[in-house]
Amino acid sequence: MKFLRGNAACPGCPIPKELDALLEVTGKKTVLVVPASCTTVIMGDTTGMPSTVPVVHSAFAASPAIASGISASLRSKGEKDYSVVVWAGDGGTGDIGFASLSGAAERNEDIIYVCYDNEAYMNTGIQRSGLTPYGAWTTTTPSGKREFKKPLPMIVAEHNVPYVATASVAYIFDYQNKVKKAKEIKGFRYIHLLSPCPPGWRYDSSLTIEIAKLAVETGIWPLYEIENGEFRLTSISKVLIDKDKRKPVESYIKYQGRFAKLSAEDIKKLQDYVDEMWEQIKGLIKK
Amino acid sequence: MQVVRGKVLALVGNHAVAYAVKQAKPQVLAVYPITPQTTMLEKLSEYVDKGELKAEMIKVESEHSAMASIYGAAVSGSRVFTATSSQGLLYMTEMIYWVGGQRAPIVAAIATRAIASPWSIWDDHQDFVSKRDAIWIQMMAENVQDAYDMTLQAFKISEDKRVVLPVMMGFDGFILTHTMERVETLPDNVVDSFIPPRQFNLIDFDNPLGVGPIATPDKYIEFRYKAMQAMERSKNVIKEVAKEYEDISGRNQYGLTECYMCDDAEFLLIAMGAWVGDIRVAVNRMRNEGKKVGLLKIRVFRPFPKEEVNDILKGRKGALVFDRAYSFGSGGVLGIETRANAYGLDTPIYNVIAGLGGKDVRPMEIQKITEDMIEGKLENERWLL
Repeated sequence: MKFLRGNAACPGCPIPKELDALLEVTGKKTVLVVPASCTTVIMGDTTGMPSTVPVVHSAFAASPAIASGISASLRSKGEKDYSVVVWAGDGGTGDIGFASLSGAAERNEDIIYVCYDNEAYMNTGIQRSGLTPYGAWTTTTPSGKREFKKPLPMIVAEHNVPYVATASVAYIFDYQNKVKKAKEIKGFRYIHLLSPCPPGWRYDSSLTIEIAKLAVETGIWPLYEIENGEFRLTSISKVLIDKDKRKPVESYIKYQGRFAKLSAEDIKKLQDYVDEMWEQIKGLIKK
Repeated sequence: MQVVRGKVLALVGNHAVAYAVKQAKPQVLAVYPITPQTTMLEKLSEYVDKGELKAEMIKVESEHSAMASIYGAAVSGSRVFTATSSQGLLYMTEMIYWVGGQRAPIVAAIATRAIASPWSIWDDHQDFVSKRDAIWIQMMAENVQDAYDMTLQAFKISEDKRVVLPVMMGFDGFILTHTMERVETLPDNVVDSFIPPRQFNLIDFDNPLGVGPIATPDKYIEFRYKAMQAMERSKNVIKEVAKEYEDISGRNQYGLTECYMCDDAEFLLIAMGAWVGDIRVAVNRMRNEGKKVGLLKIRVFRPFPKEEVNDILKGRKGALVFDRAYSFGSGGVLGIETRANAYGLDTPIYNVIAGLGGKDVRPMEIQKITEDMIEGKLENERWLL
């Protein structure tokens, strides 16, 4: 079960690989629900589609609700072992789709929600979203964003859903293990996947995996899962609890044109943000 | 076919619609509460809770999600239903257009209500007519019996293979939603054979499809053209379904329009919705006084029954269109429709705007304004303030 080649993704875009890895686990009986996003374009027009599973395209704010309806409908028909997967970007998840995401999470709908986070509205040409990081250039934050990223996985976890995880395309087995786990659980499952974007982040398209890896190694993107309220670091992030093992954030941002204008002070702010986040993580592990 | 009488019940409009929905056996419902639809939502919740209606009921967080979730259910093969009103219908609007464009078979009951601001919870038709370009069939009930009958017919029309369009059943907020009337129902088994289970599914794991992807300009206009054709085809289907319903229920069901006292009428009154009942009373009184007036009830607003309306208008001395909704900067919405479609006819068409925000309109007032028309004293557009 593979996402087909010859799709309309930009060079270096990890989305086809991420969908590939997802479908490999969830299998043939998967319905993808895709709101307005880069994936809408990647999926192509009415003349054909690169997906080997059914895709329901959705208005921007509607995908968690549409997925709820599909899931209810398949359940009422006695269908078994299916996965209804929302595949949405950060804007569709954290901004315009946030109310319906929260609604579906609160109702504990039987769906898997994957947010592929490229940290801006990339489909319309790199505008800031609530998930754009501090300091990042976008066309609507020409001198760099002044606010920090909305902590979405934690917000979703606060809804007491059975499964929340973060993932990175650079750690594909970790990601696939999380999808596997999500597939086995009933109820609302949420995976937040950092998805680097060459044109939006202003880096060479050969560096996607390298950058996805550095995001984890610098600790700016911790890999974890929260299963029935229990927080656990996964993969390489387990050792990064030790501050000395983490690379400085500078090694992550230096490849990206969107951070090119960051002052030394801004870089320190970003580093402090990462360090504070890890202090919080320590607290979560102790629980 | 033999006419079978079901139970005769005393029901408020909201409960009559809920009862029809229960009999139609949708598999998925999604409803968000809004005045004056709320008691319908409560009744449906009760049916599902007691197991009288075996359906998945999604208690969504907004009207936008209500329409979105039944859209998901509809494309995956379930019969679906939702209901809303006024601000809720507006909040739902993005998805109203979305499901129209995808031609998803969906039935929605709209308890018609004025739109804010200023706040108003009372009845008019502004919410309902604002959806006229969304590729939905739109029908308006005259009374509670009609709301029950139309709801059942809506499912059949919506799912007909020649149509496959969403259907909106409008019924006046409070005036019908909260008024108890005598309702003749159909027995469950008769409903079962009138609307058999749906056979239509876009989610097929063996033959995966992309539902609603990007359409290039040449494809987009083709989609719209086909929707237009489906709308035109639906006129005959609506009439057929009404006839079949009449055969099993024994109740006179009309297709797109109903003409009352029209044959020799020199002047026509045109309206849709609950105040058709008041206009009927006014027509009866005027007939008793020897005035040759008739009533043209618009039962289906979309597709607009232009051929029928034109045929009926032809050769009359005047027609007066009653509007509970206004297109600001233009005119009463039903008035505009009637005039535009009657282009080329000699019949003068007048427009009265009344009853907005629930303002009461009495048969006396209807008589008075009709008399003004007969006496040639009526201007093109008059507001009853």
